[in-house]
This record gives sequence, structure tokens and C-alpha cells, in this order.
Amino acid sequence: MSTARSGRDTADVTLDSIRLGEVTMDDVTIHPDTLVRQAQVARDHANPQLAENLLRAAELTLIPDDEVLAMYEALRPGRSTTDELRALSVSLSERGAPRTAALIDEAAAAYARRGIAKQG
Amino acid sequence: MNDTDRIGRFRFMDAQRVNLDGFAVEDESLGLIAFSAEADPEPTLVLDAHGNVVEMDGREAANFDLIDEFIARHGLDLSVASEVMALDDVEFARRIVDINVPRAEIIRLAAGATPAKLARVLSRLRAAELVIAMTKMRARKTPSNQAHVTNRSDDPLLLAADAATAAAFGFREIETTVPVLGDAPSNAVAVSIGAAVGAVGVLVQCSVEEALELELGMAGLVSYAETVSIYGTEQIFIDGDDTPWSKALLTSAYASRGMKMRVTSGGGSEALMGAAENRSIFYLEARCVSLARALGTQGVQNGGIDAASVSGSVPGGARSMMAENLMVMMRNLEACTGNDALMSESDVRRTSRTHPIFIAGTDFVCSGFGSIQRYDNMFGPSQWNSEDIDDFLIMQRDWTVDGGLRSASEPEVARLRRRAAHAVRDVYRFLGLADFDDSWVEQAIDAAGSKDIPAADLMTPLDASRIIRQSRVTMVDVVAALDACGYEIEAERLLAMLHARVDGDYLHTAAIFDEQMNVMSLVTDANDYAGPGTGYEITGTRLTELNGVRQQRSVSDLRDEQAAAAGNHFTVVGAAAAGSDPTEVTIGVSAATGRAIWTTLSGLSVVDVLDELLAGLEEEGCRGRIIRINDTVDLGMIGLTAARLSGSGIGIGLQAKGTALIHRRDLSPLANLELYSVAPTVTPELYRALGINAGRHAKGATPEPVRNPYSDMAIEARFHTKVVSLVAIERTCLSPELGPEDLELTR
Repeated sequence: MSTARSGRDTADVTLDSIRLGEVTMDDVTIHPDTLVRQAQVARDHANPQLAENLLRAAELTLIPDDEVLAMYEALRPGRSTTDELRALSVSLSERGAPRTAALIDEAAAAYARRGIAKQG
Repeated sequence: MNDTDRIGRFRFMDAQRVNLDGFAVEDESLGLIAFSAEADPEPTLVLDAHGNVVEMDGREAANFDLIDEFIARHGLDLSVASEVMALDDVEFARRIVDINVPRAEIIRLAAGATPAKLARVLSRLRAAELVIAMTKMRARKTPSNQAHVTNRSDDPLLLAADAATAAAFGFREIETTVPVLGDAPSNAVAVSIGAAVGAVGVLVQCSVEEALELELGMAGLVSYAETVSIYGTEQIFIDGDDTPWSKALLTSAYASRGMKMRVTSGGGSEALMGAAENRSIFYLEARCVSLARALGTQGVQNGGIDAASVSGSVPGGARSMMAENLMVMMRNLEACTGNDALMSESDVRRTSRTHPIFIAGTDFVCSGFGSIQRYDNMFGPSQWNSEDIDDFLIMQRDWTVDGGLRSASEPEVARLRRRAAHAVRDVYRFLGLADFDDSWVEQAIDAAGSKDIPAADLMTPLDASRIIRQSRVTMVDVVAALDACGYEIEAERLLAMLHARVDGDYLHTAAIFDEQMNVMSLVTDANDYAGPGTGYEITGTRLTELNGVRQQRSVSDLRDEQAAAAGNHFTVVGAAAAGSDPTEVTIGVSAATGRAIWTTLSGLSVVDVLDELLAGLEEEGCRGRIIRINDTVDLGMIGLTAARLSGSGIGIGLQAKGTALIHRRDLSPLANLELYSVAPTVTPELYRALGINAGRHAKGATPEPVRNPYSDMAIEARFHTKVVSLVAIERTCLSPELGPEDLELTR
């Protein structure tokens, strides 16, 4: 039994509750705490990079689907100026997503260096 | 060469299927070299005082491309880097195959190795060493397999029926894709439903453009992702409209919704796209695999994949594809080991390419076994396809190797296909996605492929998909619809897949579900191979399942088959005495003839065979006498015993399975006058000719022997199991205490 992002236990997410129309995707989406716990399991199994990914994922659980899709689009080649990426990084940092923010900050510098940032 | 200079032997060889394949002269400028190009860098790793990487594989940090930078920042365990970089290549390679060096130690070392280092080390392993290394290094103890389920028309009913079929045959992951991008949501729903009909816990993906694939995942309509492509050169990476950072975000995005994902690379893609930078295929793939680990994905699909034929065209190409897979295992990641896109027109060659990997066992032997017809595979034909499922099952049985498949009976598959097609019809109707008429449903259930479904309408999946996206249908809605339509079992199965997204246990390396929804992964089912007697053992019900192919037959099956043709045609007249009529030719029949065996291997009744022999004798003015030989199953002794009782001294020997010869009383048992050794090919005309020749021998002539019919079939493969059983039946009919008996034949 686990707790979903909505705070609901999976034991409570049954066909009966679905029949009553009381289940949303939020009730079957992973909780950030679970990802933090799974990150430790990954670390214990000799994969710190997988652990880091799961920690970034924990941050992204709090961000709506459309925004996550938009962030992915922003990181594709030539989509964003360096400033736009830095601004995205700052906003993520402020929203409690420091690891994702760091990743995007790193991208901003790398894209600028390799000439694949959008020219502003 | 001039046509007049050609010879038949080479014209014949040219006509063989392997010569449809393309073979390239090594050309480093085009990236057409498997291992060790001149331009491949020397492995180096230099850190500054702060522990930052300032040089990797011969390139200074200021000149890093995007791939170098991401690997240098995220991909390496710098605490072991100096140790492993200083380790001799051959010494490292030896440790990989050394059963006394545990997997964990290799994983520890590899974590600090640069791409060039690992490429150099793995290039030292020979084919047999790759098999041992793979056996030891794969993450999950229990091997598995993945199926493609697609069709030309994105027919939801056929997709569901074929997904159920794939699940029944044991595939634990199913990958679908679309010829028409807009059909993707419908395909995801139909395959998910079909898979749930077929078995518990089958993972489903829909391979489409990155953003749409993620969207399907977020809606719960698929349960994992794989088509997240990465490349070994910066140019191709950007041409693919991504960067290592965008892929890293994508990787985290999947995990944030509790979904398993792996990336796809595969050697040769850079050469195929004309930007290999003079590097070897294997070195570029080493960069991909390093990057995969750096991204934090749990696994990689590689081993050629779409460019498998590029690797396949160069010397050492099959070995490099296998080494790619091993490299993924060395990076402690799930290995989904290619054997995906068809890399040869030759059955021999494609089997050869797969076989060492099959024997070693991997997390997914095929990253796409085409469980459907070749023409329906929208990825293009696979290395293995629906026509090969029986071959694959029998290969598992031959080698006692678990390739992840199991046998499925025809009635069970028929039942599952019916249920899957009906479930999709009912759910689509319930959700207002589509109406399917009865003829379409019936055709889909029976179909071996989409060509068997004239009733299919191409607009249906497109319309259904539009509605799914517009009204934001999620897997919760699909579960509700299944339940409302009376498919509670399948609703529970898909709900369990949703619960798994909350648990997060299947985010770990090499995770699949067993049929009790237990996660089997690096964490829960770690490979512990350390030589004979360790690691994965096929035991118990799995061994029974693996051995129990539907084609196997027992002696009792054969007895039943023979009994169906039973008749009472022979009466014992009495003990057989030596004859004195010089026109007499005896026909010695084996003990089971007409008592337990009535049909020969060529499908003739023993009575008809005897009639032909007798008629042949009669044509030569001879008289046949039938004698049962009760003390031997040996045809030479049967014939000789008969000959010794014959008035002319000539006897015919006949085993019930149809093998026959002519013998003479003064010869030794193994020397005979004529022999039909290949019973399955003997026709009535040939038995007649044998009778004629026996008659001519009786008259002292030297007839021209009848030639045994030639066949290029694997006659022994077809009939030897029957022969063993028939001889066993013959033995049970022996009564050594009885002498030869004269028989009367009634028809």
C-alpha cells in the first residue's frame, strides 16, 4: 500500500471507488516522498544517477502535466534563449525544485557555449 | 566478370538468400567500422584540484560537445576513476569473465570508466566470452522478452486480439506504434486492454514522437516508455531535436508520473545519418551508454536497433552489437538487447546474430519480437516474427534456455482473442469512441494478420483517438468502462498497473511484473551468477512449461493414432515350415504388423503394402507366402529368416513402419539384395517394384535395383521420434518362444 500524490492510499482506490466516480489520475500518481525513498533504494543499488533522476522527478510531481511538457519543449534545441532558460531555472528554484533548476541552469550555459540557444 | 566466365557453383551460391544482404568494406571516413577506428580517442580522464573533469577521452573541457559535458558532469564515479582508468584493458576484460570476480565489483569499476575506456575493454572480449560476461552481468536474474504488436490499419480489435496473444505466449512487455500518428491514443488503449485480457502485469508502451508519448503516459494510457532516442554525436543528437538536458528532463518527467522508461540508442545510427565523425560504431555507442547512465534512466534499448543492418554489414558487426548490450549491463542498467529490426534476409544469419544473446539471457532478449505478421509490423519486419514463435519455443526447449516465451494452446488463444476483441468493442462503445460491427469482430478474432480483415475501417481509430484526446480520457476511465461492461478481471488488472505507478517499485532497473504483480528487478531479483550451479535456474513449473511444446508426442499418442486405423486382417495358420516350391517367395513381416501397427510411415496400410508386394511377385509368376517373424525387430533378420523358409531361397522382409528389403538364404543378416531404407518416401509403385525384383531374383535373374527415392527434406527430423516409438511398439509384440508363423491375409 502506498500513498498517492493526492494523499489517498492505493488501498482506497478500488473498482468500487471508481464505480462511484471518485478516482482521478491524481489518486494513481506517485507521491514525491515515495520517489525520495526510491532514490535511496537506487543509491543502495549502485546507481546514484538513477537516484538523482528520481529526486528530480520528486520535484516534478508538483508541476502540472502541461507545464512539464512545456519545460521539455523549452529545453529542445533552439527553442529558448539563454535568458529564458535562466528565468525558467530561477522560477523552478523558487517553486521548490532546486535540482531541476540546476539542470536547466546547466543547460543554459551549455547551449550558449555550443551555440544552440535561440538567439534573443 | 563476363557471364561466360561464370560457373554453375557460383551462380548457385549467388542465388542464396544471404546474398541479398549488403556487406561493406570497412571505411572509417563513413563510420563503417565496428571497433577501433583511427579517430577513436585514447581513454583519458584528468581532474583538476576541485575534482572537476578537465579532460576526457583526449578532449579538453573547453572543447567538450554536449554529450561529453553531460557525461563529465553526471556520468562518472570519480572516486574510482583513477583506479579503473589505470587498469590494464585485458586485465579488466578478464575480470569481467572471471566467475570469481562478483558482478558488483565490475559495476563498481565500470562506473568510473570513460566511454573510450569501456569501448577498449569490451572490444577485447571474444564471442564466447561475451556469452559468459552477459550471463554474469545482466541486472535481472530472470530473463524476459518484449513483443511488437502493431498492424497496418491500426485496427483496435486486431491490436487487442494480438496483444492478448502476445501476453499468452509470455511476453512481459508489449510495444505498439502507429503508421498514422493520430491513431496513437487508440492504439495505446486497445493494446492495454488486450494485454490485460492475456495476462496479469504486462507492460505496454506506444512508441511515438517524444512529447505525445509522454502525454499518453501522463494519462495512464501506457505503462512504460522506450522510444527516447539518444545518439553518439552532437550533430545527430540535435538533428533528432533533442539535447542531453532535454532528455534528462524527459527521463525525470516519466519518473515523476511513476512510469518506467528506458532510452534507445544502438550502434550504426550515426553512420546511417552521415555524421559519424570518423569514429567506430562501438565507440559512439559507448558514448550513448555512458550518457544513458548519466541521464539517470534505468535502462537502454540498444544492439543495432534501426541501424542493425549497418552494424551487420561490417566485419565484427554482430559481435559489436552484442558488446553494446553488455556495455549497458556494465553500466548497471537494464538491457533490452536489440534483435529487433531484421538485419538479414537469411534465416541462418539472423539466427546466428541472436543466438549467443539468447543463450546468455538478458533482461529482454528482443527489444521487439514481431509477434505479428511481418507485413503488419509498423516498425518494419523484426529479427523474429510471428512465423518464428514455434521455432523460438523449440529453441528454448533444445537448449534449456529461458528466452521469456511459453507455449499457448490454440483453444486458449482463441478464447483470449475473442474476449479481447469483445472487450475493446464494448469499451469503445461505452466511451463513445466507435461502433464495430459483428463481421469486423469475427474477422479480427480469426485473423492471422490485417489482410484477413476486409471489414476494418481506417477512420475508426483516428476518430476514436481524437475523442480520447479531446475529452481527456485516462486509464481510470478505461478501467471504469471495462468494469461497467462486465470485464471486471481486466479492470482489476489495469487498476493494478495504476497502483504500481504509485508504489514506484517498477522504476528500478530491469523491472517487470510477474503474474502475481510482484516486481522483478535489480532490487528484487538480482542476478547472482557466479559460475555453474548459481544464477538463474529453470526449475519446476517453468521447466515443464518450457519443455511442453504443443508438437511433442508420446508412444501412447502414436498407439492411439495407429489404433484409429486398426483392422483384423491376419489369421495365424500355424507354425511356418520350410517351403520347397522354387517359385515361392516368402514375405516376413514384423511382429507388430497388423497387431499394433497398421499404417506405415508413408501413410499406407500394411495390407495395401502386402498387396503390392504380392502383385509384383505374381507378375513374375511367383507365389508369395506371408510369415510373421516373432523373435526379432531387426529387418535384416526378419528378411533372412523368411528367406531361409522360402522355397526359392528369396525372402522379402517388411517392418510394419514400411521399411523393406529382399534377402537370400545364403547371405549374412546385414547383406541384402535390395533395401528401402527410408520408409516415409516409399510409394505403392515402389513396393510393387520390390515384389517384381524379388520374383526375378527367385528365378535366378539379376534385376536392376530400384533406386531409393531422393528427398532433400529433413526426413529423420520428421520421423525419428515416430520410429523410436514404433520400434518400441514392435518390441512389445515380440514372442521369442514362438517360431515363425504362416499368416492368412483377409481384406
